[in-house]
Amino acid sequence: MTIEAILSSGILNYLVGFLIVASIYALFTLGLNVHFGETGLINFGVAGFFAIGAYTAALVTKPLPTGELARYTQQALGLDQPFLVGVIAAAVVCGIVAVLIGIPTLRLREDYLAIATIGIAESIRLVFNNEQWLANGSQGLVGIPRPLYDLVPPAYYNYIYLGIVVLILAFVAVLLERMIRSPWGRVLRAIREDEVVAAAYGKNVFGFKLQALVLGAMVMGIGGALYAHNAGTISPGVFEPVFGTFIVWVMLILGGSGNTKGVILGAFVFWAIWAGTQFATDALVPPALSARAPYFRFLLIETLLVLMLLFRPKGILGEERFVSTLRPR
Amino acid sequence: MIALVVDGVILGSILSLGAVSLTLVYGIVRFANFAHGDLMAVGAYVAFFLVNTAFVALGFPDATFGPLSFGLPMLLALPVAMLVTAGVAVSVDRLVFRPMRQRSYAPVMFVIGSLAVAFAIRALLFIIWGPEFHFFTQALRPALQLPYEVRVKPDQIFILLACLTMVAGLYLFLQRSKIGKALRATADNPDLARISGINTEHMLVWTWAIGAAMAATAGILLGIDAQLRPEMGWNLLLPLFAAAILGGIGNPYGALIGGMTIGIVQQVSTAFLLPTYKPAVAFVILILVLLIRPRGILGSEQRGF
Repeated sequence: MTIEAILSSGILNYLVGFLIVASIYALFTLGLNVHFGETGLINFGVAGFFAIGAYTAALVTKPLPTGELARYTQQALGLDQPFLVGVIAAAVVCGIVAVLIGIPTLRLREDYLAIATIGIAESIRLVFNNEQWLANGSQGLVGIPRPLYDLVPPAYYNYIYLGIVVLILAFVAVLLERMIRSPWGRVLRAIREDEVVAAAYGKNVFGFKLQALVLGAMVMGIGGALYAHNAGTISPGVFEPVFGTFIVWVMLILGGSGNTKGVILGAFVFWAIWAGTQFATDALVPPALSARAPYFRFLLIETLLVLMLLFRPKGILGEERFVSTLRPR
Repeated sequence: MIALVVDGVILGSILSLGAVSLTLVYGIVRFANFAHGDLMAVGAYVAFFLVNTAFVALGFPDATFGPLSFGLPMLLALPVAMLVTAGVAVSVDRLVFRPMRQRSYAPVMFVIGSLAVAFAIRALLFIIWGPEFHFFTQALRPALQLPYEVRVKPDQIFILLACLTMVAGLYLFLQRSKIGKALRATADNPDLARISGINTEHMLVWTWAIGAAMAATAGILLGIDAQLRPEMGWNLLLPLFAAAILGGIGNPYGALIGGMTIGIVQQVSTAFLLPTYKPAVAFVILILVLLIRPRGILGSEQRGF
């Protein structure tokens, strides 16, 4: 077989598509790891940051619709900026939203943040669904530009995009790992283990929690931006709680909350399981019930999460115990 | 406007019932149970199965009570649905939360577990009954015309009375009965309760059963007033928590006021906003409460009941 034939074969295409989406979900999981894995903040609104990141990137990089298209598409913005500007804008807007949500909730009990993040995720979905002028309402946006699209023939484009996503994932993972291992990261874990003790040591608990919330949200925003450019089209339906929030939690717990390598592994392993359940439900669920097949898959992963929580709460890898990189372990 | 307030009182009474049971469970199990809305949905769907499938198959008479849209089958279905929902909640506690308690997990793990339970219940509802809306009855009942262009359906008066009766019943139960007193003691201080010879594990079973039975009732009443859909539990989460926190979480009497407030504000907001924004309205109230008075109207350091 020639290289060309291998590159364009169906299985390889499927694999590349799989790796792109898994890498994007790994970014959400890394963000959630900063929130929950390191700091103990319960963010049940990953879908909200996912949506904000995706819509921000789309509105920043897309031009305003013209001609015939303008009659069917409404969008509040269309800045026609390069890809990286969109990614950074997505991170910044998510960071700002995190500050707004953090101020009323982070001084209170941990469950309040969980409720408030669900609230922000649901409200954002409602706004994008109902406000036609903002981003074309429930039909969503199409034709989100893809970076470096002219470099290779369209059939090979996914390889380029996989490269971009993996580069960004690696950059974010290394950066987060350094921050987590720094004295700053140590304070986060101290807060997670015992807030009162951290405060007694003179740490500004609220300040550190807010920083962690913002940092994690920015990473989720980057993930959302990469998702938008990969899909090329986004609509509010994408950001439903099961896909936007729940599976990110399963990935986090599966891989090992508090372990950077673990949560990336969790994202890939989970995505493989998820793809596997598709084949399983296709084979097992009778055709009469095929419309309900997705819910069998949901039930399966929900059971998986409960079993993980009960029997292996530390996940596949578990958290690495370290105090400082300066001291021999 | 007055008509909207009246509608709000009806919705508010259902939310109150849901929020009172949510906050009761919260006070004893000590974590935010994100599956509470879905317990309401379970109650509604079990009643739907009995009234519209099982009883019809058994050839029950489906005569309705006077101007109400339902009859004897519904009154029989109500206690059965309460029992089934209580059974579901107690089993979930057995299978998920009790093992966590035995391993002394941190509270956050219970919260995550309850989210998984919530999604699992919803998936089951989708699998069994499908994604479409269901109605207890298709029959239209004339609404009563009251002054100021207020229209009230007889069902809605029943809903209001049923909710108030349930909450009053809970009040008497908590104040007068031995188990009620033990529950309050456990909510106040589990360690002291245990020292006084109260079996707190039994109290947890009672709490789940009572909380779930009340949630089931609220779900059925919502089904009578509106419709049944698998995601109803999820859509109720924000208003329920907003009501519970507004009233001071862990305080059932506060939750009653909180539920009424949220119901009225949600209905009145439809005069200015699309009705689909109702959950967002609850969210905005929630944020305002957290900013201004995070302990709620009736909240204090001491538990209120």
